[in-house]
Amino acid sequence: MQLDDLYRRVIMDHYKNPRNRGQFEDGGFTIDLNNPTCGDKISLQMKVEDGVVQDARYTGEGCSISMSSASMMTDAVKGKTLEEALQLAENFSQLMQGNNVEFEYEDIEALSGVNKFPARIKCATLAWNAMRKGIEQAKQ
Amino acid sequence: MNLSGIREYFPVLNQEINGHPLVYLDSAATSQKPVQVLEAVKRYYEMDNANVHRGVHTLGSRATDAYEGARDKVRGFLNARHPEEIIFTRGTTTALNLVAASYARAVCREGDEIVITPMEHHSNLIPWQQVARVTGATLKYIPLQPDGTMTLEDAEATITSNTKIVSATYVSNVLGVINPIKELAAIAHRNGAVMVVDGAQSTPHMKVDVQDLDCDFYAFSGHKMCAPTGIGALYGKKELLEKMEPVEFGGEMIDHVDLHESTWKELPWRFEGGTPIIAGAVGLGAAIDFLSEIGMDAIAEHEHRLTAYAMDRMSEIEDLVIYGPREHRAGLVTFNLGDIHAHDVSTVLDTKGIAIRAGHHCCQPLMRWLKASSTARASFYLYNTEDEIDRLVSALNQTKEFFDHAIG
Repeated sequence: MQLDDLYRRVIMDHYKNPRNRGQFEDGGFTIDLNNPTCGDKISLQMKVEDGVVQDARYTGEGCSISMSSASMMTDAVKGKTLEEALQLAENFSQLMQGNNVEFEYEDIEALSGVNKFPARIKCATLAWNAMRKGIEQAKQ
Repeated sequence: MNLSGIREYFPVLNQEINGHPLVYLDSAATSQKPVQVLEAVKRYYEMDNANVHRGVHTLGSRATDAYEGARDKVRGFLNARHPEEIIFTRGTTTALNLVAASYARAVCREGDEIVITPMEHHSNLIPWQQVARVTGATLKYIPLQPDGTMTLEDAEATITSNTKIVSATYVSNVLGVINPIKELAAIAHRNGAVMVVDGAQSTPHMKVDVQDLDCDFYAFSGHKMCAPTGIGALYGKKELLEKMEPVEFGGEMIDHVDLHESTWKELPWRFEGGTPIIAGAVGLGAAIDFLSEIGMDAIAEHEHRLTAYAMDRMSEIEDLVIYGPREHRAGLVTFNLGDIHAHDVSTVLDTKGIAIRAGHHCCQPLMRWLKASSTARASFYLYNTEDEIDRLVSALNQTKEFFDHAIG
């Protein structure tokens, strides 16, 4: 196991300079998700109009993997239709299972190394699970 | 038997993890098992396996003797007066839930109080929350000092004549605090309450005397003290246990069964419905023999020395914060390394063969009190060495370098 496989430069950049961190002053809806086994938390906000994710923000507590993953996810999901967003979450889940998946938002591919650290997969998927929940909520 | 060479008895320690010799510093989560325990369980299954308290045949007698023999070993280990004061359970959680579901639900009424501390493990917190919710009793907390310890003045002020139950951990699995159980029990008794003790982190590491503590209930797990998982025990004073109703019904626990009414066996079996954890009890008995042969005082002394060494060495690491008191603490060190999340610390250490715990340690309220979303914890047992602590310290320094470089 090589640490550099896990903590790639792109990941550490998102950890140090998170994108979309914060809360909307108005509008949108919120999904709170915990990872009860380790205490990681995310509060994800999304604005959905005409079936398209207009914007996404998050606040939370967690390790470099969970927080950088949230940063990437919120960037990647912007401008996507609800179906496209769900497909993104599915692709991410494939990536975590060790499958070779390409992303339009390439930074995400840096998280492929998490697959070699099984205990950390749940860290990486937290934000994506929140997004999936949010999209399902928006569809109803 | 003494502590030098003790590692030879723990086969699991003799392996490499990620190309490095394993350094196991997570015994507060679960301890490793010596060959003496593994052999005893194997021998039981190979030679004596049968169900207990029913067969007339020879194996049935042997299995019953082994199971009840283990009960008496637990009695001796805790210095309880009678073997029937020892109820085998799945572990500490089940034992505490038994007290909550049977004793507390019967005793507590609206206006009564249950007093615990903010440092409790979820297993000594949620059962009481549930009792409070169902009975209308109030759950109160003895406040903590900044270093995580409690004062007896605060305990006196919190425990009142309305208090029916005081429950506290003997040793905190996060702070390493050793609570003044004997004094708490005296305060509880002066107010007409019973004293319940979570002994999960104390029983493996120090001499415990339930008569001297004068606690009313004492719960612990075998797996943290060299025994298999799935076995633990509840000690309860006989006069209290005798008044309690069982919470699990079925085979093994009955006296007479009619179509519409049944009566229960005497203590302790009325609380052990179903086929019990026989092999687990045999393993626990073997673990008690193993620990007793070394001596609990020798183990406590070894851990005390290791912890003092670890506290000294870890204090030298830049930006490392240690939680809990400096002195009079148990064999674990909970910490955070600068801004690096505990999971990240734990992953880096794992690549160097070092196993520690990271997260909330099943103590979410305590984590909020510490204002930490998670912490890392290194915990020690009889098989750990100063050399392993040196490796921990060096790996922590490397972790810091790695993240300083990676984050820039």
